[in-house]
Amino acid sequence: MKIILKNIDVIHPEDKINIKGTSVLLDNGIISKIGELDQDEIREVREFDFSGKILVPGLFDMHVHLREPGREDEETVLTGCNSAAAGGFTGVACMPNTEPAIDTAEVVKFIKEQASKHLVDVYPVAAASLGRNGEIISPMAELVEAGAVAFSDDGVAIKTSSVLRRAFEYSNMYHAPIIEHAEDESLADGAMNEGINSTLLGLPALPSVAEDIIVSRDILMAEYTGGRIHIAHISTKNAVNLVREAKKKGIKVTAEVTPHHFTLTDDSVKNYDTNVKMNPPLRTQSDIDAIIKGLKDGTIDCIASDHAPHSIEEKESEFQFAPNGIIGLETIVGLSFSELVHKNKIGIEELILKLSINPRKILNIPIPKFEVGALANFTILDPDLVWTVDVSKFKSKSKNSPFDKRLLTGKSVAVINRKKMYIDNQWLDLSGA
Amino acid sequence: MALSSRHLLGLQGVPKEDIQTILDTANTFREILERPIKKVPTLQGKTVVNLFYESSTRTRISFELAEKRLSADAINFSISGSSVSKGETFKDTMKNIEAMKVDMVVVRHSAAGTPLYLTKICNSNIINAGDGTHEHPTQALLDLYSIRQKVGRLEGLKVCIVGDIAHSRVALSNIFGLKTMGVKVSVCGPSTMIPRDIKNLGVDVIYDIDEAIQENDVLNVLRIQLERKAREYFPSIREYAKYFGITQERLDRNGKDVLILHPGPINRGVELSSEVADGSNQIILYQVTNGVAIRMAVLYLLGTLN
Repeated sequence: MKIILKNIDVIHPEDKINIKGTSVLLDNGIISKIGELDQDEIREVREFDFSGKILVPGLFDMHVHLREPGREDEETVLTGCNSAAAGGFTGVACMPNTEPAIDTAEVVKFIKEQASKHLVDVYPVAAASLGRNGEIISPMAELVEAGAVAFSDDGVAIKTSSVLRRAFEYSNMYHAPIIEHAEDESLADGAMNEGINSTLLGLPALPSVAEDIIVSRDILMAEYTGGRIHIAHISTKNAVNLVREAKKKGIKVTAEVTPHHFTLTDDSVKNYDTNVKMNPPLRTQSDIDAIIKGLKDGTIDCIASDHAPHSIEEKESEFQFAPNGIIGLETIVGLSFSELVHKNKIGIEELILKLSINPRKILNIPIPKFEVGALANFTILDPDLVWTVDVSKFKSKSKNSPFDKRLLTGKSVAVINRKKMYIDNQWLDLSGA
Repeated sequence: MALSSRHLLGLQGVPKEDIQTILDTANTFREILERPIKKVPTLQGKTVVNLFYESSTRTRISFELAEKRLSADAINFSISGSSVSKGETFKDTMKNIEAMKVDMVVVRHSAAGTPLYLTKICNSNIINAGDGTHEHPTQALLDLYSIRQKVGRLEGLKVCIVGDIAHSRVALSNIFGLKTMGVKVSVCGPSTMIPRDIKNLGVDVIYDIDEAIQENDVLNVLRIQLERKAREYFPSIREYAKYFGITQERLDRNGKDVLILHPGPINRGVELSSEVADGSNQIILYQVTNGVAIRMAVLYLLGTLN
């Protein structure tokens, strides 16, 4: 099938491409031409008019929980991929805190198989330690061979410095980074950020220093071993500053932030809404200010959703007993545009770096190319589309989002990858002549 | 005369007039408690459920007596542990109870925020009988009432709350209530038991118990939890008693007729020496009696609102 994407702005910040109002011709899901097309080329071709929209390398969310295997009632690889496509993503990296954990080649292969026919590329992040217990490192060579792209005990930090050291040393042979959920377990017995709000609400609290301590530890260990550390969902001012200083010293550290950590503060917890319960918890305005600064100066490399589906039954409980996490794949683009681009914190090109290019670089995944003959891997964004979040329309199996009914500006309108296109709730097969 | 809310979830944000109304109403009920027949028909036909997800014999008995003396039908529902472990969600439990047509729910729960959650899922009047380390408004109200009765006023007094402030719902409710009533509030205890941000509540922090005695008109002494987990916050009971325990010798040395409150149950020889616990400064059992009157006042004011 041939299609033309007409009147579209093409932006590829990595390859310094920025063309206004052009056309892109795809044949069999492969880029056939970018630029003005003559009459012969547009015969028997399905046209899509995308005036006012931008075409960018397919977005990539490097931190999602797909819940399969184990909690298929909350999400499956397929529903998670549908949610990703609806949110504007053509690739995701999924975290290993499944049941069983992603700590064997079989589980990696199972997840990849589940996603094999989907538009969205799924790259498993395997457990750093067996069963995520923090005792013995996982079979990293075998996991990488099966398709794992990084290692993490996400949900918790790697328990001890000695296991962290081995994980760095071993994973480094395969150039795979360690992704750390930075939280000192001994300080982590809480349900929200420690501060005046936790005092007022009477909730057990998680101090920001619990994150800072593990970020410090990991940076020092990365320096010592030469390993690569990626700080997941960074949330504190001090952690941002630590990463900035480490980067200056040339230590191999990268970081991601979630939209909720640059959008909401712990003031949101006031009504004990379990949809604002997550780990790391929502922090304070001064942390948000530091995160924005970190996004601007490149200290924070990526934006990731930490998409964490939970069933209604589990979330509908007492705040301190409710599970942590919110879904985010279908709001991340809208929140990033609304809170960052439209508030003039970062430009569109910087946003695309953080939502598409940088996460792939960190995980050693090839960056989609905008050249003739390349597989089309695109996201088509409408930066000015005003829409209201409606969780009942989400493709995710779960509905745990604090952003329901929120007005956002900016949305993905279509994605193309693996010879498939998702637009207006429909899947189109682009393969064949 | 009526309160501005149909629930009592805490004292944060409760206006002065409401607190005044509750305390004044308690006065009326206090008189009834001294009569040979301690029962009035005020809440006849109303059903009150005492929903206790955490054991608390004295608070439950106090509420139950208050309900019975107002002629309400009192039902006790006690469950230990969280709803999660029970197999039925908290919401389902609550919906089931309400389907039996109840009017008011008195709730005690280990999780902060549970009373607020109840107001969202059911129509009954909700009274918080203690939620996690958040609030325990009727305890604070009875403390305020007891102080007002003994001293004759609240405005301008200096009250220090002593003990584990960080893990106390009594402390937080007292801070809100006392401050609303124009009391100068301080807290005293080991620094590990005082929230980092407490000063933002307009509360002074004292680490020296002798200074706390000298500087204040009233000490509200909290029970120290002796369970293992709570014990991580101070080195030993001996050290706590030595540096924060109130003894007669300490009271005499500081030469002051400070009024001593304690919400009970007392750890004798820890936060209060036996001599002080039975001495002339304390009003501990007076508080217990007032507790019934305060709870009658709250039940009456909320129960007759609809």
